[in-house]
Amino acid sequence: MAQYSDVVMEHFTNPRNVGEIEDADGVGEVGNPVCGDMMTFYIKVDDDGRLSDVKFKTFGCGAAIAVSSMVSEMAKGKTIEEALKITRDDVAQELGGLPANKMHCSNLGADALHKAIEDYLEKKGKK
Amino acid sequence: MREVYLDNYAASPLPPEVREAMLPFLGERFGNPSSLHGRGDAAREAVEEAREKVASLIEADPSEIIFTSNGTEANNLAIKGLAAGSRRKGKHVVISAVEHFSVLHAARTLEKQGYELDLVPVDEHGRIEIEELRSLIREDTVLVSVMLANGEVGTIQPVAEAAALAAEKGIPFHTDAVAAAAHIPIDVGKLGVQALSLSSDLLYGPQGVGALWVKKGVRLIPMLDGGVQEGGRRGGTENVAGIVGMGKAAELAKERMGERSAHLADLRDALIRGLTSRVEHLELTGHPRDRLPWNASFVVEFIEGEGMLLFLDQRGVAVSSGSACTSRALKGSHVLAAMGIPPEKAQGSILFSFGPQNSKEDVDYVLEVFPPIVERLRQMSPLYAKYLKERG
Repeated sequence: MAQYSDVVMEHFTNPRNVGEIEDADGVGEVGNPVCGDMMTFYIKVDDDGRLSDVKFKTFGCGAAIAVSSMVSEMAKGKTIEEALKITRDDVAQELGGLPANKMHCSNLGADALHKAIEDYLEKKGKK
Repeated sequence: MREVYLDNYAASPLPPEVREAMLPFLGERFGNPSSLHGRGDAAREAVEEAREKVASLIEADPSEIIFTSNGTEANNLAIKGLAAGSRRKGKHVVISAVEHFSVLHAARTLEKQGYELDLVPVDEHGRIEIEELRSLIREDTVLVSVMLANGEVGTIQPVAEAAALAAEKGIPFHTDAVAAAAHIPIDVGKLGVQALSLSSDLLYGPQGVGALWVKKGVRLIPMLDGGVQEGGRRGGTENVAGIVGMGKAAELAKERMGERSAHLADLRDALIRGLTSRVEHLELTGHPRDRLPWNASFVVEFIEGEGMLLFLDQRGVAVSSGSACTSRALKGSHVLAAMGIPPEKAQGSILFSFGPQNSKEDVDYVLEVFPPIVERLRQMSPLYAKYLKERG
């Protein structure tokens, strides 16, 4: 499919970090299947406040799957502060660009990651 | 890698006989059918011969065939031209909810111009509710349009029955036969319709040519003003080579219909049987029996069409999908929605459209490569994970 860059196709074909984390420290879900894309991110945070593990499950087009995979790679090993700075545009750039019509609907990975971090911070705050 | 082309609804290989028939008109036999000299005569004769062949496919009079640039133009001309032709009688139009965009959007344009539009609902198999149609027809209805068969889900419509309802009130009835014409015998007289659209490419002819048949005596206002080509009903120099190709394709369609349809239906049924038995939560869409022989359309739950399409493409299999993500407008299929299929399920739409060149080996190959692709995408799907948890 010529509409996607080689990097997008590579991540779609061999997505990194697919799965769930049973005892995740934070979970973030965005999108809904009605509009086409839905992503759930799971994170593990170590004592230094770094994302020691990131996993995802995604329902959606090729771009949505590639975006999820790329975000999981970008976030892994980063501190929470660093991970919160990852933007949609960063993700699209790392992927070698996304088709214009997929920029909005499929590029939800960073949002899902941020939601998982917020979930973690909220849970931590309550402890 | 093996190439298995199962997107014949989008485009199909040109039979060599059709290409051979066209080639002289792209070369030494050039000419404009409107010219009065010898070359003009030769081009005109070729166009008229093609017109006879197209008319013969639908048992119509050749003088009632208007060549257009594609099926979309034929449908636009029918909807807008017939509505305008009986404007004095009223401004109400009825079409089915599962029409092709070229009918649906043409009717929406009429709506913007002050017409009232009603859509006939369909049942879960995509078949129009005939009693609903009866109740929608009014004294001021000027046009009813119901397709002969739907290309997306394959369902064949009860057009003769629907046309009879319009005929009771003397209302012109149009049918879009684009998806059906090469595979279902058509007799416009027996169908009882007044207008019928065709597209060359779905007769296994070249792209860029179509035709509208309009019964003599039915008033049609042209859309393309120009010269007096096509009896003054469609201006513009004819696409001679394309029209010749469409004529040849129509001739072959008539000759080979029985054989082609039987072959296609065998492949379709083998794929439907194979996939429904191998893949859980996969459903056939469209009518289980009254369907086009080339159409095997499904919804696969918990996953999205583009992912399936891309992975199949990597294995050499070309298909299409009606999911929102695969449409350039990012909108889900209005056909699946009209059939009551919820949007998240419609996201998993996939269409295998067979052509005469396909074989049983193609089906076997799909049955081998497709189930693991579904499994792979489901392993990534949060919806599938939720389903498994809920099932326990």
